[in-house]
This record gives sequence, C-alpha cells and structure tokens, in this order.
Amino acid sequence: MEVSIQNVRKEFERFPALHDVSLDIRSGELIALLGPSGSGKTTLLRLIAGLDFPTGGAIYFGDEDASRKSVQERNVGFVFQHYALFKHMSVADNIGYGLKVRPSRTRPPKAEIRRRALELLDLVQLSGLEKRYPSQLSGGQRQRVALARALAIEPRVLLLDEPFGALDAQVRRELRRWLREIHEATGHTTVFVTHDQEEALELADRVVVMSQGRIEQVGSADDVYDQPNSPFVYGFIGESSSLPVTVEKGQVWLDDRSIGLTAKDAPEGSAQLYFRPHDVELVEGGNGCIVGTVAASRRVAGTRHVELEIGGAQHRVEIELPADHPAVGRSRVAFRPKKWKVFPQSSGAHPLRRQPAEIVELAPTGT
Amino acid sequence: MSDAILHAGNTIDHERDFRSPVTESLAVRAVLISLTFVLLALFLVLPLVSVFAEALRMGFGQYLATFSNADARAAIWLTLLVAAIAVPCNLVFGVAAAWAIAKYRFRGRAFLISLIDLPFSVSPVVAGLVYILLLGSNSVIGGFLLENFNVRIIFAVPGVVLATIFVTFPFIARELIPLMQEQGTSEEEASISLGANGWQTFWYVTLPNVKWALLYGVLLCNARAMGEFGAVSVLSGKLRGETVTMPLQVELFYNEYAAVAAFSLASVLAGLALVTLVIKSWLEWRYADQLASGVRGH
Amino acid sequence: MAQFRFREPSIIPGFRVTFGFTLFWLFLIVIIPILGIYYRTFELDWAGFTSIVTGQRFLAALRLSFGASLLAAMFNVVIGVLIAWVLVRYTFPGRRIVDAIVDLPFALPTAVAGIALTAIYAPNGWVGSLFAPHGIRIAYTPIGIWIALVFIGLPFVVRSVQPVLEDFSTEIEEASATLGASRLRTIVGVMLPTLLPAILTGFALAFARAVGEYGSVIFIAGNIPRQTEILPLLIVFRLEEFNYAGAAAIAAVMLTVSFLILLAINLIQSWTYRRFGNV
Repeated sequence: MEVSIQNVRKEFERFPALHDVSLDIRSGELIALLGPSGSGKTTLLRLIAGLDFPTGGAIYFGDEDASRKSVQERNVGFVFQHYALFKHMSVADNIGYGLKVRPSRTRPPKAEIRRRALELLDLVQLSGLEKRYPSQLSGGQRQRVALARALAIEPRVLLLDEPFGALDAQVRRELRRWLREIHEATGHTTVFVTHDQEEALELADRVVVMSQGRIEQVGSADDVYDQPNSPFVYGFIGESSSLPVTVEKGQVWLDDRSIGLTAKDAPEGSAQLYFRPHDVELVEGGNGCIVGTVAASRRVAGTRHVELEIGGAQHRVEIELPADHPAVGRSRVAFRPKKWKVFPQSSGAHPLRRQPAEIVELAPTGT
Repeated sequence: MSDAILHAGNTIDHERDFRSPVTESLAVRAVLISLTFVLLALFLVLPLVSVFAEALRMGFGQYLATFSNADARAAIWLTLLVAAIAVPCNLVFGVAAAWAIAKYRFRGRAFLISLIDLPFSVSPVVAGLVYILLLGSNSVIGGFLLENFNVRIIFAVPGVVLATIFVTFPFIARELIPLMQEQGTSEEEASISLGANGWQTFWYVTLPNVKWALLYGVLLCNARAMGEFGAVSVLSGKLRGETVTMPLQVELFYNEYAAVAAFSLASVLAGLALVTLVIKSWLEWRYADQLASGVRGH
Repeated sequence: MAQFRFREPSIIPGFRVTFGFTLFWLFLIVIIPILGIYYRTFELDWAGFTSIVTGQRFLAALRLSFGASLLAAMFNVVIGVLIAWVLVRYTFPGRRIVDAIVDLPFALPTAVAGIALTAIYAPNGWVGSLFAPHGIRIAYTPIGIWIALVFIGLPFVVRSVQPVLEDFSTEIEEASATLGASRLRTIVGVMLPTLLPAILTGFALAFARAVGEYGSVIFIAGNIPRQTEILPLLIVFRLEEFNYAGAAAIAAVMLTVSFLILLAINLIQSWTYRRFGNV
C-alpha cells in the first residue's frame, strides 16, 4: 500500500508541531523517520495511524483519503514504544484481539483466530509461549508479541514508534536484524520512528530526516550521509566539524586566508564549512590549508581524535587521524578536508554544535 | 505528482470532524458528567445541606440557643478533650510504627501492616464491645481497678478515650508507612554516616520529608476522633454532661425530639467535616508529591 | 541456605525502640481486646452459641445486614466506577470540588449523616414527601438502610479505582483502537478487566464497612425487630440486657466475616500482582 502525505500541518493548541509536510511512501518500502526529540516524527506517525488528526492537509492510502477515516477503520498496525500489551490477556489472546473485535460479518471463526495467532507467534519466533501473560515475558519478547499483534489484522501499513527504544543495546541489535527479515518476508509498507541514526541507516530503505516539524531530507542511507542537503542533516547524521568561512570568487576563505577549496556553485558571502573529521588529509604547512594548534588529543579505539584551535581560540574543530600517524606528536597541524560542503550563512541558522552528544557517539564508522 | 496537484486544494480542517480515539463523544461525556453531578448531589450534598437547613429552621436565635445549653457545651469540651488525647497517642504510635516498618526490612512486615489496619475493618460497635468485655466492672482487670483504685474505665471518660484511640488507630501510620517506604533509607544512611545520631536524623532528615503526610494523617485522624459515634456510644454510658461527646449529644437531642438542637450541634460537626475536606484537598493539590502516592481518604 | 535472620542489618538506629513500642501499643489497644471477644464467646457452650446464631431475630438481622450491605456495595461499584471515570478522564468546571466532595462520607460523623438522611427521607422530608403520596416509604424501611449504606460506602470504590485509572496508559487504549476495536469494546474488553482488582477491592471495603456500620443506619432504620434491625444494633441490645456472652457471640460472627473479607482483599491484591506484575 502506497502512502502519500500531502501538505500536512499539525498544531497542538496553537503550537505548531508539523509545518506543511509532504512525503510519498512506496508500497512495500521500509521507511525510517529520524530526528531529535521534538522534531515531529512521532506526531507524523500518529497522524498516519489516525491517533491524531491533522490541522490541515491530507493522508492517502493508495487512492483513498485516509484522513477522513477513524483509527478503527484505517486498518494500520501500530507497535507502541512501551508495547501496550493487554496484561490481563494471554499472548495468544493479545495476538488474536484484532480479529476477535471485528464485526461478526468479517470475524473469522474462533479456531481460525487461534490458528492465525499461533502462526504469527511462530513468525516472531515465540512458539510455545501462547499461554504466557505479558508480565512473564522479557522486554524483547513483549516487543515481538506487540509486532505479531499488529500483523494479525493484516495491516495496510505497519507503523512502529521507537520500537526498540526501551530495550538494551544487545537485544536491540538482534531485533533490528530480525525486523528486517520479517519485513522482507511479509512485504508490509512499514514506517518506523527512531532517534537512533544507526538504527535508521542500517534498517531503512529510505531515511526521512526531520527537525523542528519539517522534513529536512529524504534519501537512502548513502544519500543522507554523503550528500546531506542542509547543515542540520550534516550535523545530525554522523560526526561533523564546522568552521565559519567566506566564499569569494569561487574560493573558500577562512578569515583572510584561502584554504584551497573551490566552491563554484556556492553564493558569495559568509558561509559555514562542514566536513567529516575522518575525511581530511594532512598537508605540510603553507597556503591552501587549515592550520590549527592542538588543544587536546584523545585515543578512541583505532583512531586519535585531535581537537584543534583555529585562529587563536576562536574556533575549535575536531579531526580524526590513524592512531599511529606521525603528526600526532606535533603541536601544529595543517589539513584540508577531502569531502566537504559549504552552506550559506542564512540557511545555516541551525545552532549545530548545540545538538546533543548522542550524534557523535552513535555515528557509524566507515562509509 | 499529478495526484498531488489534484488533491492540493483539499486541505480542509479535518480536526473538528474527528475525536481522539481515547475519549468519548461530547454527548456521552455530557451525560456522564451530568449523571455524576446528580448522583453526588442526591447522595452527598443533599444530606449536608439539610443539616444546615434543619438547624436554621426556627431562625438564627434558636440555632444559637443550642450552644448556651449546658449539656451541649459539656459535649463540645469533652469532644475536644478526647481528640486532644487520642490524636497525640496515635501520632506517636504512627511515627514509631512507620519508622520500624519503613526503615528496616524484617520478616512479617506485611502482616504487621495488616494488623495495624485491623481497626478499620472492625465494626465500631464491636470496637466498643471489646473494651467492655476486657475492662468492664465484672471483668478481671476492670474489677481490680475499681476495687483497688476506684478507677472506672467503662461508662466513663477513659472508656470514651480508649474507644476513640481504637477507631482512629491506623490513620497516621497508614499515611506515613507507604510514603516512608517510597522514600527509602538512603537519606537516613547519609545522615548517620555524617555523624548524626538517630534522633537528630529523625528530626532533621526524616521529619521534614514527611511533614505534609503527617499533617494529612493528623487531619483525618482528628476528624474521625471528633466524629466517632458507634464505639463511643457503647462505652460512654451516656451520662449527661459527663461522658457525652458531641455526636452522642446529637443523638440525645434527636431522640428527645429537640430536632433544632440536634441539627445545630450536628452543623458544627458538619462544618468541621467541611474544613477537613478543604484542608485535605488543598494538601492533595499543593503537596501531592509529598504524600504517599495512591493513598487517599479512609 | 542462609541462617534464619529476623531482620536485615541496618545502620539506622532505633529499631528496638520503635518496633517494641509498635508491638506493645498494637497488642494493648487492638490485639488483646479483639482476642477477648473470642475468649468470651467460649464461655458459652455450643448449645448456647448455636441458639444465639440460629435465633429468628439474629437471622433476620443477619440477612438484613448482609443483604443491604451487598446491594449497597454493588450499587457503589456502578456509581463509583462512573464517578472515578468522570473525575479522571474529563475536565469540567467544578471538578476539584466534586473530587473533594466524594470524601464527605469519610469526614462527616456518622451520627450527623444518620439524622440528616432521616430528615430527608422521612415521609415529611424533602425527598420522602415526594414518595409518600404514592405509598412508598423510604425511611424506617430496608430502603432507607440501603441509602445510608450507599452513602457511607460511596468513597471506597471511587478511591480504589481512581489511582489505577490515573496510571492507565493511553497507549493501551490506542493499541486497542488501532486493532479495530470500538470505543465501547475498548472500555469493556480492555479497561474494565484491568480495573477489576481495584473494583473488587473497593467493593470489599465498602461491603465490610457497610456490615459494621452503626451511626448512620440506626436513625433511618427505625429499628423494628425482625424487619429493620441490623446486627450491630443487636449487639447494643444484648449489652443493654447485660448479656455479654450473647453480644460477644454476635460480635465474633461479625469479626470473623471481617477477617474473611480482609483475607479476600489481600488475595485479590497478591493475585493481581502475580498475574499482571508491573507491565
């Protein structure tokens, strides 16, 4: 089932949560809504489900205007962050609930409901636990039951809200792989919300990066990492360093020195330069590079993170060097970014470095 | 994309057409809220209003006249006296019990809590009866006290006090125990490790943490102590001007067909109940986080 | 297996004093007097005991006390759940006042409630006079007793259900809705079963209170032998006759029932905890 979100706005008591969001989701696609808290990703998911209603705009399931339907009529599978299992029902009853509450015209017979429940339990690899109660399951098992319950109604769209948020790191990685397998086996159009970029990049066909109620970028894991289209995306996905620069005559200038980068398409004037800390080459002093004084240096696994002061103590950037690099011992380092991007100052309104530290910690290596 | 253009003009305000999936329709809500108002008005507010209406039926002069009646005055004084003894007794007990139960782990704690709650499930009349059987003049202890010290407990003020202590026994303890259990022992341990003794720890660390819950418990305990009828009625012997508390005096007036006097005195108790409710609600609203969660009323 | 230890060691002082005082006071005020009831009951021989507990007057009072209490507690369940629901789920002007008023039966002395209810429901009272012309009497009949018991039991169900409802996660309701369940279905099939332990606890508390209630009932009951005489009143009559053993026998029956109700409440709670845990 294709899902089309068209110019959707949402205000909570005059406070705008989503501004004019449009997104087309292809049938069978696995989409991640990624963003920091308050970016509107969960709001968007709840609008698709029909748990909230948009202030303006429309949501289509195929050709049908779903925003005119109540949540009961939409037939979406929703997996909640805290599972939301019915604790007074056994696992099998939980899974069969969506079939049991159908009007009698479309309700399968009891034996069929039970058969479906057991089948789904098998799919989520929990065979034999049908008589247990939710309180007797581990967090990971509860999440699997929650997914089986959502799949039981043969949903047109599967929606997951921070599906692994409440689990510890080990279980989270296992379930991630497993969700991908389930998705490939069932082929449901799936949208999940996460603030964990590793999860989004690893799992999703396409990642929707959101910030402050807007979609910043939609693309594959490669797109959003290699071709970030805004300072926010550059800062949010992976690690990044930035410096205030000026663009003049197609050249990038730091203070009054050219740093040897050519930016033909960038508009003239003050701008912000972004690069990945590991995507730099060291050069031997002189012109056409960025020169900094080493302020701090930390060994992190196979690499050394070097913090440089540029232009006195005005700016600080971080670069990554191989741990055994000869430059490590020096007090002055000159480098030039290999891949980089310049954003004009006006579009760089996002106070980038104020983003929480999780951005740095969870960054994927390589790429 | 042609679809998108087709639907572009279609941005109607959907919000108003739908209600949240986790609430009921406006009509259902209106009916349920109205029903609540009607039920509470009929069962709770009407009796309360009638107390004041009946008290003032013969005018304000008659209302005030009740309070110059010697028996009524004696009843008011006795009620204050009984509460002034019973509440501090239960306060000391409540604090000690809460300290023992909440700050240590020992076997049978849950059972001990059940025993403390026991007076709540005993009929007030039975509560009065137990003391008559134990301390009445024909019992071993009661006979001994009467013969050797000429002390009467049953059908005298001590009996009234005992009955009141019994029925209000759990009030303060049950407000403090859950709260002190939630608060744990780390602050007390920190205090001890900094060199404070037990008493200093209680006074400077524990007490400030539970003061509002303590006040809450005292409030409820006092309301019940002043209003208790069944147990006191069995034990007092109803000697006018001597062992009759306000609720008992209300009964005596009522049975003598002195309705205005009965309701006038009752209006004082009803006023006390209202004041209790106001302070209680204020505490729940203002200091909700410093009261035991989920424990209200009784 | 570790050696038996009565309490876990602790650096906090004061256990002996507070624990000792707690036990001393508990035994003095509560335990010993209550055990005295059973002791006195044993002064009767078996025949004496059975003649009391099979007497016509006793059985009539027993039926009335338990019957009226049961009906009142059941009614309290219905309106208690309704009131708790309205208080937790809806916002409306006066909500705080309504919330406070619910506790009135806890705060209002029972004797005051008793004379007030009698004044309202007597044939010449505000409500009683509406029914009297149709030949319906409320005060001095079992209906009046039922009304008094509804009054004193009302807060129990509300206050048991309210905190559970407040903690109820809306995610659960949303999950039920996304699976296609109607609102009514969600309430009946998902929410009420979760509230059931709290409802049962409130019911048991209201019932226990109603069985033992004295002050608010005796005025409105009229106390006609074998018709509107409740068990606690029977105890008072026995006492006035100085028939202490007879009073003790009735009290022993009532106490035993109270203990059974207490036990039931504890079982409900431990069962709930084991089955549902803290999911």
